Amino acid sequence: MKKRIEDLKILENKRLNEEFFVLKLKSDQTFEKILPGQFAEVRVDGSPTTFLRRPISIYDVDYDENTLYLLFKIAGDGTLKISELKAGENLNLVYPLGNSFTVGNVKRVLLIGGGTGVAPMLILGKYLKNEFKITPEFLLGYRSKELIIEKDKFNSLGTVYITTEDGSEGHKGLVTHHPVLQENNEDIDQIYCCGPEPMMKAVSGIAKDNNIPCEVSMENLMGCGIGACLCCVVDTYDEGNVITCTQGPVFNSNRLKWQI
Amino acid sequence: MADLAIRIGKIKFKNPVMTASGTFGFGPEFDDFIDVSRIGAVLVKGITGSERQGNPYPRMAETASGMLNTVGLQNKGIDYFVEKIYPEIIKYDTEIIVNVNGGTIEEYCMVAEKCNKLERINAIELNISCPNVTQGGMIFGTHCPSTIAVTDAVRKSFNKTLIVKLSPNVTDIVEFAQAVEGCGADAVSLINTLLGMAIDAKTHRSKLSTITGGLSGPAVKPIALRMVWQVANAVKIPVIGIGGIMNTNDAIEFFLAGASAVQIGTANFINPAVTIEIIDGINRYLNNKGFSSIHNLIGALEV
Ligand SMILES: Cc1cc2nc3c(=O)[nH]c(=O)nc-3n(C[C@H](O)[C@H](O)[C@H](O)COP(=O)(O)OP(=O)(O)OC[C@H]3O[C@@H](n4cnc5c(N)ncnc54)[C@H](O)[C@@H]3O)c2cc1C
Ligand SMILES: Cc1cc2nc3c(=O)[nH]c(=O)nc-3n(C[C@H](O)[C@H](O)[C@H](O)COP(=O)(O)O)c2cc1C
Ligand code: FES
Repeated sequence: MKKRIEDLKILENKRLNEEFFVLKLKSDQTFEKILPGQFAEVRVDGSPTTFLRRPISIYDVDYDENTLYLLFKIAGDGTLKISELKAGENLNLVYPLGNSFTVGNVKRVLLIGGGTGVAPMLILGKYLKNEFKITPEFLLGYRSKELIIEKDKFNSLGTVYITTEDGSEGHKGLVTHHPVLQENNEDIDQIYCCGPEPMMKAVSGIAKDNNIPCEVSMENLMGCGIGACLCCVVDTYDEGNVITCTQGPVFNSNRLKWQI
Repeated sequence: MADLAIRIGKIKFKNPVMTASGTFGFGPEFDDFIDVSRIGAVLVKGITGSERQGNPYPRMAETASGMLNTVGLQNKGIDYFVEKIYPEIIKYDTEIIVNVNGGTIEEYCMVAEKCNKLERINAIELNISCPNVTQGGMIFGTHCPSTIAVTDAVRKSFNKTLIVKLSPNVTDIVEFAQAVEGCGADAVSLINTLLGMAIDAKTHRSKLSTITGGLSGPAVKPIALRMVWQVANAVKIPVIGIGGIMNTNDAIEFFLAGASAVQIGTANFINPAVTIEIIDGINRYLNNKGFSSIHNLIGALEV
């Protein structure tokens, strides 16, 4: 849909656990269509050290209520300020931005998320289920049990595998250690992944070794989110530096040179 | 409705609000948010003779009231612009100004000559002040004999309106403004970004891939205003004010200091509709003050 700049009303700013928050935002207008993988650039008012907007993925959309959800954690001053916002206040968004995950002729799909990277996986899971009648399998990685995000929402869409680093729930270790990725992966047609860069790199490696197509969602630093500043580039084999905020954030992982 | 029109070189602009090069893409990036044709002029992203990949990521760092960038003139080159971008953006009913860059005088002239042939390009902005490239760029803008050499050469390659964009990274910007005026520039625009740095205390590394970068945003506004005021008092050609303009009041300050027009840069990142808001804001301001024209404001600083 067309991008817009809009003040949305905060209906709820809920702390899920020690680390994660969910914002529920209401628009006065209807949403035509928000695609999985798209994000919003959030303006942070009243934080003197936060000058630019902050990119946050769209976590969920309710087209009947005209509400959308953002999942975030406190990373610094900007997200700290967002965490302090109260119901009834407004939040200014530029949205929806970026491309989206693509769905080909696939049957078995694995959606891998780590930390706030689980955000685009929820909306993607819903999209796969509602528009393609595909039951998604989620592989979600957390540090420990207490940090697990809205389990019911994911469970209602498909199978959920959990890994925790301390072993307090699910499989102990990182997502890349989980059997679904290591052993039972023969008939996986597509992997989608969002999380910290080392995790996405490792997952892409496994996907490549097993000839499974893999799409990742990059979290590059962004100046504008709309293709105007060229600050957010990612280096690719086929096209050199491409603009993450408009030609991404979702990329076929084989295109990426994975710098750093 | 106050009269917002201004004249620079051979061009009459419908209003004095322009976009700053490198902060507005080519225009279509903003189509969803605003009617780009309402802007006084669109300055497109800096263009070089051939394709450039720009600098490696990370290319930006947020700083107090501003940002550093080191994009390094990533662009697909003048021929791509002429063939693919120009035909699309002439849909806009406003002036399109090409920001011309090069590593050598020959490259600057080659880009300028190709622009000279484009019917809808009535002006170019010669960028001799990019701090983020190792070849050309700011070297031409911080050494007066080089400034004169490149401006002279481009003047001969381009017979329409020539704007020269000045670097603030010099001791006396007036000297450079007068030098380009002497070469036949029709206007000067200032300022480009200020060379700066940001270091990550945790990792002991620069936050930018090229270590240094260009500072923009409200942090540079007082310096930009001072330079515009100094230059406007020292040259006869029009001055285009740039640097940290976030809203109408900021723009008014630049007119008072002597700018005939303003360019809006970094503010577009935070508010993609800011240019239109400033055009409407200037109009309201003039009406409230009972001024009939923007010319009532230009250089009206009381001292
Ligand atoms: C397309 C996209 C989608 C995103 N989706 C989400 C989301 O759904 N939920 C969420 O919580 N976060 C998300 N992020 C990351 C989020 O934008 C940053 O956490 C946020 O900008 C931090 O702002 P801050 O002011 O709180 O912290 P800052 O003070 O700006 O930064 C704190 C620390 O985090 C680092 N940092 C900041 N931004 C990034 C980044 N983009 N990549 C790597 N390191 C960074 C800084 O270098 C610094 O060390 C997304 C980023 C992108 C580009
Ligand atoms: C990301 C970015 C890219 C820029 N690219 C160019 C460029 O290609 N050519 C140029 O002349 N100036 C470029 N500039 C400088 C701006 O046009 C402007 O002079 C400067 O940012 C100061 O204005 P501001 O504070 O309003 O942004 C760039 C600035 C930024 C922030
Ligand atoms: S963030 Fe500005 S171009 Fe992507």
